[in-house]
Amino acid sequence: MLLNVTRTLMSGLATTFQIFIFTLVFSLPLGLLLAFGTISRCRPLRCLIQVVVWIIRGTPLMLQLIIIFYGPGLWLGHNIWSGGEAGRITATVVAFTINYACYFSVIFRGGIEGVPAGQREAGQVLGMTKSQIFFKVTLLQMIKRIVPPMSNEIITLVKDTALARTIAAQELTFAGYSFMKSAGLTWPLFYTGIFYLVFVGILTLLFNFIEKKLDYFR
Amino acid sequence: MAILEVKHIGKHFENTKVLEDVSFELEEGSALAIIGSSGSGKTTLLRCLNFLETPDSGTIAVKGNTLFDADRTKAENEKDIRTKRLHFGMVFQSFNLFPQYTALENVTLAERLLAKERPDFKQNKKAVLEKINAHGRELLAQMGLSEREGHYPHQLSGGQQQRVAIARALALKPDILCFDEPTSALDPELTGEVLKVIRSLAERKTTMIIVTHEMAFARDVADQVIFMDGGLIVEQGAPDNVINHPREERTRQFLARYTQG
Repeated sequence: MLLNVTRTLMSGLATTFQIFIFTLVFSLPLGLLLAFGTISRCRPLRCLIQVVVWIIRGTPLMLQLIIIFYGPGLWLGHNIWSGGEAGRITATVVAFTINYACYFSVIFRGGIEGVPAGQREAGQVLGMTKSQIFFKVTLLQMIKRIVPPMSNEIITLVKDTALARTIAAQELTFAGYSFMKSAGLTWPLFYTGIFYLVFVGILTLLFNFIEKKLDYFR
Repeated sequence: MAILEVKHIGKHFENTKVLEDVSFELEEGSALAIIGSSGSGKTTLLRCLNFLETPDSGTIAVKGNTLFDADRTKAENEKDIRTKRLHFGMVFQSFNLFPQYTALENVTLAERLLAKERPDFKQNKKAVLEKINAHGRELLAQMGLSEREGHYPHQLSGGQQQRVAIARALALKPDILCFDEPTSALDPELTGEVLKVIRSLAERKTTMIIVTHEMAFARDVADQVIFMDGGLIVEQGAPDNVINHPREERTRQFLARYTQG
């Protein structure tokens, strides 16, 4: 039985991990773009992004997930997500990417604005281009500033993947729950908890490592 | 001919006039000190020269080339702005060293980035970088910081940081080196080491503009002193004339506060 549960949970973990990784891969750059948008000189763009961020942060992720998964089928008359597990995971990643990009954009903006203007000016008077200033001067200082708030968000993301169960994606929590439904077993739920704890434990170590790595400057 | 000609520079922020019809010339190899109380427009003037602020009126010319003319279009003034900026070096009051780089990396960064843009960089990469590093070390040695090249800014004292910043500003061989109150963020004990370095640059005939509150230093080092008040140049001339024998009442009032201590 233990082996059977482990096997099912491992397959749930694989789904959870996919949602986690793809959401990060897409939402980190999208969040940075949104952050640039919110500090751009173009007022309409700034306002547009502020409204989007307000809507996304102001409504439950679960609601967004349901709308993104079921909405297109009901509006267009055909499901844009391919059937089966793959379609459910894709829809989850899309919903999560939009949601997390909005949260990240706020953290990124804080990070960018936290770097003193004198740093950019020092780059300018040395004849650097805007992109050289961003990549060679601002970026690392910004990363150092945002590691603590980002670690919070990313750890939250691990646990938010459980929401994919709402649209019946067979992620980790879905897998643990299935044994309670089918055989009335509760211990797999605790076992599931251990999976999450290990996942988050590894991430915590990783963030500590990054913080240490960036400790060489102030 | 003067290396720098500044004519009729004006600048306002919203409703406050910060600079009004500022004109002066600077000869190659000479040092100009700008004195005046806070808010008199000294710093804004330096920032205009470094293209950190755009003047509303006037022209700036270096070696006879007009770099900025308020009557030209924005696009024309911003064309090749990076190259235009390289005529000037800037040392900030708050140093503004890049914290993630060592002293040597701070000094060489801009030069390395410029070298990368050259078409022959890839072939001679090693030799080019070695040359840049050697140049950086030479500048640090000139600042008395040979032992500190591998230190990060937070491991250096304020005076050392400012000297690294001076080396960094010198690295691209600017025609004119600008100092914006270079010792104002330092405690008196560290002020001396920075002033000593600036003095040695003056002895080597580096063309400099120094915004400063150190009157004795301005008198000793500068070839020319400008006293500014309310965005205007009130008085300019030889240091002995402006600081020891000011003609204007406003200058006398300002200097009196210094002599009284």
